[in-house]
Amino acid sequence: MALSLATSQFIIERDETRCIACQVCVRQCANDVHYYDEENDRVLSNDASCVGCHRCVTLCPTRALTVRRNPLEFRPNANWAAETLRNIYKQAETGGMLLTGMGCDQPYRIYWDHIVLNASQVTNPSIDPLREPMELRTYLGAKPERLALCGGAQRNPVLETVLAPQLQLEVPVMFSAMSYGSISFNACASLARAAQAAGTYYNTGEGGLHPALYEYGANTIAQVASGRFGVHLGYLNTAAALEIKIGQGAKPGIGGHLPGEKVSLDISRTRMIPEGADAISPAPHHDIYSIEDLRQLIYALKEATHYTKPVSVKVAAVHNIAPIVSGIVRAGADIVAIDGLRGGTGAAPTVVRNNVGIPIELALAAVDQRLREEGIRHRASIVVAGSIRSSADVVKAIALGADAVYIATAALVAMGCHLCQNCYTGKCNWGIATQDPYLTKRLNPEIGSRRLVNLLRAWSLEIKEMMGGMGVNAIESLRGNRDHLRGVGLNQVELDTLGIRAAGQ
Amino acid sequence: MSMRIVIIGNSATAVGAVESIRQYDQAAEVMIISEEPHMIYSRPLLSHYLAGEIERPRLAYRGADFYVKHHVAAVLEDRVTAIEPDAHRVHTASGAEYAYDKLLIATGGQPIVPPTPGQEAEGVFTMTRLLDAERLLTYLRTHTVRRAVVVGGGMIGMKVTDALVKRGLEVTMVELAPLILSAALDQTASQMLSGLLRQAGVEIHTGNSVSEIGARGGHVAEVALKDGRTLPCDTVIFGVGVRPNVELARQAGLRVNRGIVVDEYMRTSAVDVYAAGDVAEAYDLVVDMNRTVAIWPNAYRQGMIAGAHMVGVLRPDKGGVAMNTVEAMGVPAMSIGYGNAPEGEYEVVTELDAPRHVYRRLVVKENRLVGAILVGQIERAGIYTGLIRHRIDISEHRRNLLSGHLSLLSLPDQYRKHVVRGVGIEV
Amino acid sequence: MKRIVIHEEYCIGCHLCEIHCLVQHSSSRDIIKAYRLERSHLMPRVLVEESGPISFALQCRQCEEPACIEACISGAMHRDERTGAVICDESKCVGCWMCIMVCPAGAIRQNLLGTRIASKCDLCYGADVPACVAHCPNEALTYEEVGEGR
Repeated sequence: MALSLATSQFIIERDETRCIACQVCVRQCANDVHYYDEENDRVLSNDASCVGCHRCVTLCPTRALTVRRNPLEFRPNANWAAETLRNIYKQAETGGMLLTGMGCDQPYRIYWDHIVLNASQVTNPSIDPLREPMELRTYLGAKPERLALCGGAQRNPVLETVLAPQLQLEVPVMFSAMSYGSISFNACASLARAAQAAGTYYNTGEGGLHPALYEYGANTIAQVASGRFGVHLGYLNTAAALEIKIGQGAKPGIGGHLPGEKVSLDISRTRMIPEGADAISPAPHHDIYSIEDLRQLIYALKEATHYTKPVSVKVAAVHNIAPIVSGIVRAGADIVAIDGLRGGTGAAPTVVRNNVGIPIELALAAVDQRLREEGIRHRASIVVAGSIRSSADVVKAIALGADAVYIATAALVAMGCHLCQNCYTGKCNWGIATQDPYLTKRLNPEIGSRRLVNLLRAWSLEIKEMMGGMGVNAIESLRGNRDHLRGVGLNQVELDTLGIRAAGQ
Repeated sequence: MSMRIVIIGNSATAVGAVESIRQYDQAAEVMIISEEPHMIYSRPLLSHYLAGEIERPRLAYRGADFYVKHHVAAVLEDRVTAIEPDAHRVHTASGAEYAYDKLLIATGGQPIVPPTPGQEAEGVFTMTRLLDAERLLTYLRTHTVRRAVVVGGGMIGMKVTDALVKRGLEVTMVELAPLILSAALDQTASQMLSGLLRQAGVEIHTGNSVSEIGARGGHVAEVALKDGRTLPCDTVIFGVGVRPNVELARQAGLRVNRGIVVDEYMRTSAVDVYAAGDVAEAYDLVVDMNRTVAIWPNAYRQGMIAGAHMVGVLRPDKGGVAMNTVEAMGVPAMSIGYGNAPEGEYEVVTELDAPRHVYRRLVVKENRLVGAILVGQIERAGIYTGLIRHRIDISEHRRNLLSGHLSLLSLPDQYRKHVVRGVGIEV
Repeated sequence: MKRIVIHEEYCIGCHLCEIHCLVQHSSSRDIIKAYRLERSHLMPRVLVEESGPISFALQCRQCEEPACIEACISGAMHRDERTGAVICDESKCVGCWMCIMVCPAGAIRQNLLGTRIASKCDLCYGADVPACVAHCPNEALTYEEVGEGR
């Protein structure tokens, strides 16, 4: 066998004065990095297999371990980066497409970090969220053109307009689509429990809904994707809302592929496919080749659920996103979810993840602007996704025009994900992106859901603080209020696209 | 007026009864009458005491405050001479009489000494009570004792032998049966232990018995064996076995076979009279019949059951399992249930690792474990006992269990959950 | 009384319970010292059972009717008056292994490292939470009021 040119990405440093050879690291590493040398009663490590997930570091009872980037350096070259070289070595060895997990890690501009928020000083009062009520509740769904009241303008007006079905969110953050299959059952259960406890929603992804999670139906958004896995009437009717998945930020234009070895009995039942069979989601929906076709599916779903549930359409943020979303709204979607360039995935070709799509900030601003101009902004709620990392990102997204945000990477991180980007290997040491029974039990849903609820609680407190500073006491008043935003270090085209002024203006 | 409970006996059964009475009832008057002058001590520890492994204070089975703490009136150094079941009264050797509402006979057993010419010589001992041990130890201290003959190769003889070897004596064991420990072990295990004893310098004569004890100057000097041999020795210890102390019960007209016949609450044939421990003939779940099994766990448990019933708490006996542990040269051996059941009638699975002194014999009947003999490796042996006690169907887990891979993960799911939760705990 | 409850579906087989049990029962209570200097005479009182992906950490189940107390010939095995826990008084234990013979969970083990004693969980006597529970990274062991003595 020819020599591999791949070198270790990480090196493991074991403090021998602290290591007690207890072998916790050996037992915890699914990549078999650590091993016990019985003869010498020592634990040794094979750096080459380390993915940098920190499982061993975190569980080591004596804090004897640390993982560092391999300091091995190539000759500096502004054109040929180390990663580029490594990718070529790998491809030259395997002849295969390079795969990766999680969102784009390339240094594209992160606009959130170039947008700053306003605060009240002298001319208008700020609000102290500890003393005064702050409303984070929001509703997703189509809003009427106008409200008709009967009983005239007298004492007890009665609303005559029939409102479209709405999702009620206690916090404008939902858990984005992650399928049972791409993540473990325990991860799904953590999300479901947390959504229920926090008064928000999680999304099934295209993996169907495990019977054990039907009890969380009122907090579930059920996805209908190109593979139609696990879609049946019970599934649709159990959920609070439905979502047609057209695209995903991490891999716009690309389908999905859950390898057969991950299709366990439970997953095969949930997805309604044979055990061990590859679950292939085609790149397009083969019954949707136009806005009119999409409209047919939207209404098919509404018919199936008797117009009781909002229907969302999820698309990846791409070049002509504004007219695309306009078409989706006109096709009858109640919610449009837009997933940006930095959105995550369980598996995608690295080249696609890193090069296809546009940042969510620009897409959101363009879409909100376009829908307002067309006078149809009220007909659908906008939910944005694709690397919402903090409460500040949430506030900025809402001020840019979003009704709510989806988080997935942040939710996984809350459950223990360390962004090692090896989800596609199925060896997730944190028990999240795996179906291996040795590994899945590492995520106790009791703990997972507790951590997720804590995250949402922490963000809620922070959002209220920021809103209070701006003198805003309801999330509804912040939405699309771009006057609260200013750009720092952005050029005029970017500022214009975002619809905000430069800081100081 | 509160109830008055009288307990005849002052060992494991009495303690079990008192502790269970006080678990449910603080008011009842409890009296213990014991012939012995001592605080509660542990008979099974006597061999450890004899071996010099523990000091006398460690013989205490319960703390010195046991009687005070449990409000027990202890009448020591007095012997019950008669029971009047109709009158609910007992009489003692000192002339006292005590009325009772409930009576527990926990008189245990007495050593069997086969009538042997010369047995009155100085230096002949039995080994069941503290007094016996003290006498023997005194004799060892005050006389030059180099060689001992232990009569009996059962549990008692074995423990005495092990203890005397540890004291540095040359010991000869004489056993009537062709094998030692034949009541508990099968041939292989028995021979393993004999081998270990021999390695320690013990001479073993099986299929033999002491026909006469010869004395010199009133002191033991030799024994003559049935086969004609003569063994010079300085002391003879009878460790043949014990016989239930049933005389009181028999005289009182209670139903007695080998032991006092009792039901699942340890009630005898006389109203308000209970019997428990070595003297009682209680249910043995392995042989599915009542019999006397003189072992410590049964004595304590039966005492508890009797005590509970006396104060109105029903804890029916689910039956005992005969079992015991012995040790030779530091190699432990256990016999649980019907460990030495004959092959053929029973399914027997054995594994022997002679060089490491490890042996396992498991006995199965109708997919249920009924007995186990373990030598050398005894880790987690209680898992076998549990399977025997609860009559668990092991058909699906035979391979793991019978191969000695003892793990709760090899148990049937439902039983495992029961065990993992903790016996008697409902969640 | 409070008991350690086992949740086998979340045991990850890391054995941290065993490690911290050993440390808790060391004289230094320092993990590195316990392993470097005292390990020769220490053994954990909790045992991780593993078979394929299934595992759980087992320690004394604190039975309502403890067979070990019935069987103990030395009076070492007893129910602690203050806590209600079944505990082996190691100063009284003679290592006869009767308790091992009767424990249906196999939760008592021979400790032959020093004087022969039966080694079992003491719920980290006096501690609010036993070390194995406190250090289980996945809450596969919890300490809860369960059973009659509730």
